Formats: sequence, C-alpha cells, structure tokens
Amino acid sequence: MNDASPPQYLVSINQDRCQGHSRCCSLAPELFDSDDMGYGVVRGDGVVPAELLEKAKLAVANCPEYAVTLKRITNAE
Amino acid sequence: MPRLPVTDWEHDFDHFDPEWTRDPARIWADLRSKCPVATSQRFEGGAYLPLRYADIYAIAYDTDHFSSQRIVVREQKLPVKGMPPITSDPPEHTPARRLLLPAFSPKEIQKHEQRIRAICVGLLDGIAHRSELDAAVEYAQHVPVYAIAHMLGIDAADGDLFRKWIFDLSTGSVHDPQVGMQALEEVDAFFRTHIEQRRLHPGDDLISFLTYADLDGDPLSDRHIIGALTLLLVAGIETTWSAIGSALWHLAAHQEDRRRLAAQPELLATAIEEFLRVYSPVTMAREVVKETTIGGCPYAKGGQVLLSYPAANRDPEKFEQADSVIIDRANNPHAAFGLGRHRCLGSNLARLEMTIALEEWLKRFPDFELASDKEVVWSEGQLRGPRTVPVVITRQANGS
Repeated sequence: MNDASPPQYLVSINQDRCQGHSRCCSLAPELFDSDDMGYGVVRGDGVVPAELLEKAKLAVANCPEYAVTLKRITNAE
Repeated sequence: MPRLPVTDWEHDFDHFDPEWTRDPARIWADLRSKCPVATSQRFEGGAYLPLRYADIYAIAYDTDHFSSQRIVVREQKLPVKGMPPITSDPPEHTPARRLLLPAFSPKEIQKHEQRIRAICVGLLDGIAHRSELDAAVEYAQHVPVYAIAHMLGIDAADGDLFRKWIFDLSTGSVHDPQVGMQALEEVDAFFRTHIEQRRLHPGDDLISFLTYADLDGDPLSDRHIIGALTLLLVAGIETTWSAIGSALWHLAAHQEDRRRLAAQPELLATAIEEFLRVYSPVTMAREVVKETTIGGCPYAKGGQVLLSYPAANRDPEKFEQADSVIIDRANNPHAAFGLGRHRCLGSNLARLEMTIALEEWLKRFPDFELASDKEVVWSEGQLRGPRTVPVVITRQANGS
C-alpha cells in the first residue's frame, strides 16, 4: 500500500430520493447531468478528480432531498 | 366580514393578518421560541402551522396522512379544483407529473433562454430612460407572463388577461372567494377555446402537447388538460414575478449587496439561491386525511396544514444565520421549490427567468435605490412578493 496516494472519492445519486431540483447539475456540471425527466444522474463512473472535490461537496450540501452522497473509497491497488 | 386582528399567534394564527403580510419572518422567529407548531381555529377543520424545517420535510414526504387535494388554507374549505399534478396524491400523481416533466427539464428549459432574454431586454428598452419607475409593476410582473404565454403558444397580447386572472385568484379571492371562482371559470373557457383550436391546427406548444398527449394510451380528458394548463398559469406566473420582485426589492433596499452584485456578476448564482431561500414566494398546504403525529405534535383528521417552505427556510436549526441575507452563501439546500414528490415542476424555468431578469436589469440599471416617498406593497396570503417596488435610478449603464 502506498501511503502517498491521495484518497479517492465517489459521488452517487439515490434515484429514490432525487426529485429533480437540479442543484447538483448546476454546481458541479462536470460530475452531474440531468436525464430527460430532469432527474440528476452521475456522469461516468462517479470518481471525483481531486480538483472537483470541493464542487462535489457543494453538490452534497445543496441537495434539498439528501439524494447526493460522496464516499471515500479505499484504494487497494 | 372584518378579520379580527391576531393577538395570540401561537393558538390563533392567521396568514391573512396585516402583521403577517408586513413581516411574516418576525412572527415565525417569535413563534419558534414558544412552540414548534402554531394552531388556529379560524379555518375550517382547524389549521396547523409547523415551523421546523424537519417537520415540514416530514409532512411533505408523508402522503399517507397529508393530502395535496386542497393547496390553500381558507376559512371555509374551497371546493376541490383538480390541477394535476399539484393537487394529485399517489397513485394518480406519478403519471400526471411524468407527463409534464420532460417539457420542464433543464435541457428543454434552456432552449427558451434567448426568448426570455429578448423579453427582458424588450421590457428594459421600454423603461430605459426613466429615472423613476416601478420594478415590480413595469418589469418583474411581465417577465413570466410573456414567458408562459410563449410556452403555451398564446399571443403575448393576452398577457394583460393573465395578469387580471392572477390578481383575481390571489388578492381578489382573499377578500371575496367569488372573484376567484369567476376567474377560474374565465380561465376554463379561455383554455377550452384554445384546445379546440389546437385540435384543428396543432402547433409546437404546451397546449398542443397536452391536447395530443396520452396517459397509458388514453387521451387526456378535457378536465385534465384544462386543470394542468390552469396550473401552469397560476403556478408559473405570480410565483416567479414575486421572486424577481423580491430580489429587486432586496437590492434596492440593501445598497451594499446591490453594489457587490453589480460589480461581481459571478455571484448571481448563489445570490439567486439566497433570495429564493430568504424570500421564498410559495407557501403550500396539505389536508390531514388520517390522524398522525409529526415531531411530537398531533395532527387531527380534517385539519388544514399551512406548509410554509418560507418558514422552513428560516429555521436556524437548518441554516446558520437563517435570517441574514448572505449572497455568497455556499451551503444552501433551501426548500423554496418544495420538498418531495411535489417539487416545483417549473423550478428550472423559474431559475432561468430570475437569472436573466436580474442579469439584464443590473446591466441596464446597476445603480438604483428604493424611492423614499412611495410605499412597497406586499401580496397577502400564501404567495409572497412585492406588488410594488418603486425605485429611483441613480445611474444608468454606459455613463448615461
């Protein structure tokens, strides 16, 4: 295990909670998109590049439905 | 019948009281120190006013005990007037909502940007050389009227008709429910005519879309189409003009925020969310259909709940410095567009209109302040916004 490797983070949207407020898509368009109904979807695999971590945290903090989560993933490469 | 002034807000609240109209947030703050839920027997079945964000959230989610059929709290319960999906409960709610969601998704709404900008610029051109004007009457009130007319495929010249109906349905009906009923009948007849026209000549607009739409293979009933169109009219216009009006009022009355926003337009996004939080225009309602307890307080069957998202947004348990306006507030999960399955269908449209309306206003009129000799009049009841925002333009853009 390499102690120097920075922690990795993953964003996800709980589709049962999302009501389509679009806050995540506005605050972090690099990480979130919206579908045809206006519900939020994660772009790609949801892994958050280090430079977007602050934006990911904003998306979590601004979702009124507690639908967006950010998890630290243990990188066991 | 004259209303008795409220002396005991905890047990006898009245959201039509002049004190509420003047400054509801002061009443909520005072109530919070006494009780989590105020009550009132002024309204048929008894009424509840929860003040905590957590309780309001719980009620919005609890469709088993709280019905959306009646979305206004009045002395006498008004006859149920279906405006799907806002007045729909599960299971009817989901299909009625999914029908309309695509037209209001962020990507679809973005397509209207140019049109909305043209509307705002056109309105500003008309008032460009004035040094005194009313930012609500001459600007904010027209933006969503034209935007909704455009989406419905209705001549902009019918905008004045829309504004009359909206005043009748809100202010008018507060004092005489008959005025509101009459307006609804006129709205009905208006849309019926348009639906007939679209059956002969379909267009690329929301009336045509609903006229030809189906739910699980069955065409919508005229009742459903008219109800949904009425919803777009009543929920899409006064709400947004109130939000734009409140923002302009705030900037006119708070010079430091105005200067900061005019100098740093990149703050507009957080400023708009903050205006939505602090001056949330819309208070919803629910009817208790099954007795229950929320946050330790009992709700009796038949009671009416004033579901105050504006009060939720001022809850200090949820928001730091909840009564302060912080235009660069970073964490702002406000409930101005509601919570749960009834999240405002038009929230993307409302945000776009607010953004463009404020952007274009600040470009044209970066320096303005409230006219000291005129009064700001606030609307009454469940939709809050300034009916008038008299301002003095102290400097026009481009040094003029």
